[in-house]
Amino acid sequence: MFYREAGDYKTSYVDDSQTFPIALDRRIYMAAAVLAFLVVPFVMTDYLVNAIMMPFLIFAIAALGLNILTGYCGQVSLGTGGFMAVGAYSTYKLMTAFPDLNIFFIVILSGIITAGVGVLFGLPSLRIKGFYLAVATLAAQFFLVWMFNKVGWFYNYSASGQISAPERTVLGQAVTGANAAPWVSYLFCLVFVFALAWLTRNLTRGRIGRSWMAIRDMDIAAEIIGVNPLRTKLSAFAISSFYIGISGSLFFAVYLGAAEVGEAFGIQKSFLVLFMIIIGGLGSIFGSFAGAAFMVLLPVILKLFFADFIGWPTDLVAHLNFIIVGGLIVFFLIVEPHGLAALWRTIKEKLRLWPFPH
Amino acid sequence: MNDMSPDSYTTADGRTIGGKIMEVKNITLRFGGVVAIKDISFDIREGEIRAIIGPNGAGKSSMLNVINGFYHPQEGEILFRGEKRGPMKPYQIAQQGIARTFQNIALFKGMSTLDNIMTGRFTHMKAPVWKQAIWRGEAEREEIENREVVEKIIDFLEIQAIRKTPVGRLPYGLQKRVELGRALAAEPKLLLLDEPMAGMNVEEKEDMSRFILDVNDEFGTTIALIEHDMGVVMDISDRVVVLDYGKKIGDGTPDEVRANPEVIDAYLGVSHD
Ligand SMILES: Nc1ncnc2c1ncn2[C@@H]1O[C@H](COP(=O)(O)OP(=O)(O)OP(=O)(O)O)[C@@H](O)[C@H]1O
Ligand SMILES: [Mg+2]
Repeated sequence: MFYREAGDYKTSYVDDSQTFPIALDRRIYMAAAVLAFLVVPFVMTDYLVNAIMMPFLIFAIAALGLNILTGYCGQVSLGTGGFMAVGAYSTYKLMTAFPDLNIFFIVILSGIITAGVGVLFGLPSLRIKGFYLAVATLAAQFFLVWMFNKVGWFYNYSASGQISAPERTVLGQAVTGANAAPWVSYLFCLVFVFALAWLTRNLTRGRIGRSWMAIRDMDIAAEIIGVNPLRTKLSAFAISSFYIGISGSLFFAVYLGAAEVGEAFGIQKSFLVLFMIIIGGLGSIFGSFAGAAFMVLLPVILKLFFADFIGWPTDLVAHLNFIIVGGLIVFFLIVEPHGLAALWRTIKEKLRLWPFPH
Repeated sequence: MNDMSPDSYTTADGRTIGGKIMEVKNITLRFGGVVAIKDISFDIREGEIRAIIGPNGAGKSSMLNVINGFYHPQEGEILFRGEKRGPMKPYQIAQQGIARTFQNIALFKGMSTLDNIMTGRFTHMKAPVWKQAIWRGEAEREEIENREVVEKIIDFLEIQAIRKTPVGRLPYGLQKRVELGRALAAEPKLLLLDEPMAGMNVEEKEDMSRFILDVNDEFGTTIALIEHDMGVVMDISDRVVVLDYGKKIGDGTPDEVRANPEVIDAYLGVSHD
């Protein structure tokens, strides 16, 4: 009875399709927003912002994006790292070509460019499915990394082959570059996270979200009720890539400051984000956040405990991280494909009825 | 019966049957060497319940697949509401107002009953994606209007209690009913049902027959259905087409078809020469 629905009657269809059907959920969400915007920036140390909060926010955006494509629309992608690179390099080119353009718009434009690239690589999805599509996106991943490495124009022919973000400000505060204060970068990313999470919720509860899920669950049945499979899949590729492009843009410009494509956006990133949505929960917004939090926190916590506290060598701790993640992936794929989000739902159901088991 | 005048007439139970809504002309469909449909022609009239019957493998499902665009016949043509239909994709045919259910249930397993039926409203929802992303305004209004239609269907099919249940968890009979609901949600002009009562017990069959009759009567929906249960077919259909080995062997009212010697042969398994 901790978690109550009683007395929380729905009297219209508007209420029934609200983002958070239970008032308590809505309050938790509002509390999270207040905490994230008004409390965290003032109480968190720079270390925590850099080691945990920033990667968490940025990868939560990528996880939301991949979840739209894979979790909602059922199209597996191993190209996330490559698409993040598209976002990052778009940002770099736009920043250097248009020094006066506000970084906020540059990030959004980078998302739009990535959406276009995503559509291009999504075209084969009409013909190929599942494993074969995964391989095709894997090819996209390697092609994109290779291209950003080889074509000098993308990194303005810099000698190091790296890209680095010059200083840009928003409302007088440096967001990128060496002088950016961690709390400013954090807030900048946070705005994107809340906006994109809200957009995801709206998209997934309406017509387009249902058409994605219809294609995922039974494509021939989707077709006989009027869903155009190619358009629907491409819309998922576009919107998903938009998110992933923004994530890559923020990862490069706001978080890293400088990047080398193979290291920052290699295949490991594709797997990292895929693991986030598998562990967090396919087809769940909450799961995207839970998975991102988990994958970001796990190595930090393991390091704090085993390396710093017990004194194990760091490479051993890194291996422990791999073992745990690998085990969890197997566990979730076999036992609970809806990930942490489903476990959370089960706990909620139990709390709702507690202490009466039925 | 095919030479019946195109004018409308009124049935014994007072329903109005109009002109031809669909005409299937000389359709031949081959899969490699297998001829699934051989030169078949028939029509479906506005407002009627048209049954397609025949032994296993007769080509009934293939015929529906031709009508809704999954299969492309090598020969023949299809007229919908008097117009010859060019090559079209299944989703375009759906947009013209033809809905169907499948012999093997094809629901969206990961979605609730409500979402499955809401998905059936797809062609009636028009808000562009960016408005759906913003939600407030047109998208929300449209969602509520369509939700109201869907709730009426849910009431009609008496499935209020399973509104929020993931369809994968429902028993077979209810899944069939939800699938009918999803097809109805499209408010089709022509509804194709592939064995809507297969695998059901007597009580479930009675319910389903009643729903089909009510859909036809209350919404005036034209229905073409495939069914193996002869009792049901004879009870609910206005006219029956009989297929056997890809050929049409009978076409007419239930009584006419029942009296047709070729049909009797096919059903009693008399060998063909
Ligand atoms: N996609 C296909 N590829 C090859 N052959 C097919 C295909 N679809 C149907 N057939 C063949 O066409 C013939 C007619 O099949 P169809 O499914 O239309 O029969 P049916 O009348 O619906 O039978 P049932 O009562 O068993 O459902 C069969 O011989 C079948 O094997
Ligand atoms: Mg069949």
